[in-house]
Amino acid sequence: MNIDAILAQTMLGLSQGVFYAMLSLGLAIIFGLLNVINFAHGALYMLGAFVALIGYSYIGPWLGYPDFQMGFWWALIVAPLVVACFGMLMERFMLRRLYQFDHIYGLLLTFGVALVLQGVLSNYFNISGTAYPATPESLRGIVNLGFMYFPKYRLFAIVLSVIVCFATWYMIERTSLGAVLRAGQENPKLVEAFGINVPRMITLTFGFGVALAALAGVLAAPIYSVSPLMGADLIITVFAVVVIGGMGSILGAIVTGLTLGLVQGLTQALYPPAANTVIFFIMVVVLLIRPAGLFGKAEG
Amino acid sequence: MKKTMIGAVCAATLTAVAATSALAAADGLSNGSVKIGVLSDMSGVYKAIEGPGAVIAAQMAIDDFGGQVLGEDIELVSADHQLKADVASSIARRWIDRDHVDMLVGMDNSAVGLAVQGLASAKKTIAINTGAGTVELTESQCSSYGIHYVYDTYALPVGTATAMVQNGGKKWFFITADYAFGHSLQDNTARVVKELGGEVVGSVNAPLSTNDFSSYLLQASSSGADVIGLANAGGDTVNSIKQANEFGIVARGQKMAGMLVFLTDVKALGLDTAKGLQFTTAFYWDRNDESREWSQRFFDKHGAMPTMVQAGVYSATMHYLEAIKAAGTDDADAVRAELGQMELNDFFVKNGKIEANGLMSHDMYLAKVKTPDQSKSDWDLLDIVSTIPAEKAYIPVAESSCSLVKQ
Repeated sequence: MNIDAILAQTMLGLSQGVFYAMLSLGLAIIFGLLNVINFAHGALYMLGAFVALIGYSYIGPWLGYPDFQMGFWWALIVAPLVVACFGMLMERFMLRRLYQFDHIYGLLLTFGVALVLQGVLSNYFNISGTAYPATPESLRGIVNLGFMYFPKYRLFAIVLSVIVCFATWYMIERTSLGAVLRAGQENPKLVEAFGINVPRMITLTFGFGVALAALAGVLAAPIYSVSPLMGADLIITVFAVVVIGGMGSILGAIVTGLTLGLVQGLTQALYPPAANTVIFFIMVVVLLIRPAGLFGKAEG
Repeated sequence: MKKTMIGAVCAATLTAVAATSALAAADGLSNGSVKIGVLSDMSGVYKAIEGPGAVIAAQMAIDDFGGQVLGEDIELVSADHQLKADVASSIARRWIDRDHVDMLVGMDNSAVGLAVQGLASAKKTIAINTGAGTVELTESQCSSYGIHYVYDTYALPVGTATAMVQNGGKKWFFITADYAFGHSLQDNTARVVKELGGEVVGSVNAPLSTNDFSSYLLQASSSGADVIGLANAGGDTVNSIKQANEFGIVARGQKMAGMLVFLTDVKALGLDTAKGLQFTTAFYWDRNDESREWSQRFFDKHGAMPTMVQAGVYSATMHYLEAIKAAGTDDADAVRAELGQMELNDFFVKNGKIEANGLMSHDMYLAKVKTPDQSKSDWDLLDIVSTIPAEKAYIPVAESSCSLVKQ
């Protein structure tokens, strides 16, 4: 394999990796702060893509204004907000009742929510997917990177995702807002004593994690078909990424997501039959050697 | 006194049972009715291809037949096999043993199809497969009660590959779904390509349900092939075509050939992406007045135009009921013999014949996806380019490896 081919596969791996990174980052935030294993994350990613699709192709006729269309740029803002609201309602009225119990209850609840969302949407939309036609004109077409032709849109998706991921990391690890969040995780009683409304903070954090999933969904819509099962296909891999990175580790989620995308991309080129299993193989090895994950701290 | 009572009750029961069975025997129907079971994927990836639409199609056939055959009601049951062969087998067993289902139809997915056909044959029940692709159903695993109705992995490549090679697509690269179906599809396509003087320059086995095909497409693109053959199905096909378009592969001159494309896949891709794509199909709703008339009725009930599989379910159910009427019984052997005698012709099938190995050989069509300008309505998606006659489309029965075919 020559250097051009390796560079090309690296770019492709990166464009998968950013989706892993965004999704596992949201999961890590939710797990780190709420101790909830959010199995609905894939379904919320799917919901983000559907809000974008519905906003563009369906909402106008539904409301009686056939000409109204929510374009891609608006979808990038609106879809995460809509899905975050859905997530916050879910946290406030469902998940909150389960905090006192074992993790497994939260997991089961969110898994159930995921199945309901998939079931409802697959009742109304083509299960093979629906094309999202609203890619802006400026992002269509391909650019010649020298070693390969690469779609402009994917380049945009990579750049935007990396910015969002590192901005999130900076906010949580380097700002006073992040400090409060992390303190709330360690000792909610003490933080409450400082006059901070911890339950509301938890709701907003859950909403933020969910918004990241929805944003990833909007970014995925022009690349993959918008289908009710698009999240279910991805979520297992993303959980493997979170486990490898270390449950709840912010930086771990980002770095592992990007790296495993690259590993998968190279496997697709070198030994395709292993492409879907390589991440799980790595997960097994990491769990055997470092059970807390690459970036996780073992509980002492 | 007590003994006499019990005796009387027994005698009465026996008389009643005898009377009922005599009655049933008189009109030729076991259990006093004909029961048809639609066994399909109702919730997974093939839902739109067969699924609830197949139940509607079967019900339409029953209604159009008049709801009764040989003076008794026709009943319909349906279930979700969840794409799992074990689930499908246990439903089929329950239907046949307990609920006395006389005929099973549907069974998309090859593993499900083979499992159910094997089970149904052992229990002397007719199983008409409308959804699965594997030729094994009528080759080494053929059975005297199994019928393969709509398409198989032999018929699909014939039209598509022939058309592509004749238009200059000599060098082929395959992106193949890494399981039995994909490999069989690739082998059959490669055979056609080589027979016509083309060559296969490479192939890559992609795991089933791959999200991102760009890496494989890149390998295909740099192989120098004229045609990228997609030996996969459903979401895999949709994603490969979509991403090939995204990477400008088609714009730079390579052609894509989908080996198994359903109407729902074209819908999923959108005409802008799919335009010009050629593939082989058993049915297209807009082919003639007959197919339009039926499809419109189906559309009114289902909200989507029928796929070839859903149209096939109607046609299969209708012919099965006609065979019962002609045979005067629902006895599986008699009905199967009757079906073997019939020439099948309706809005779905032309020149259809059910061979000894269970293969329903019939004309197939080469279709081409319209451009957005050519399309006049939501479902105006395809042009039928040519007809592939039955004898070219399917394995000739004389060459079948099925043990039921007399050599």
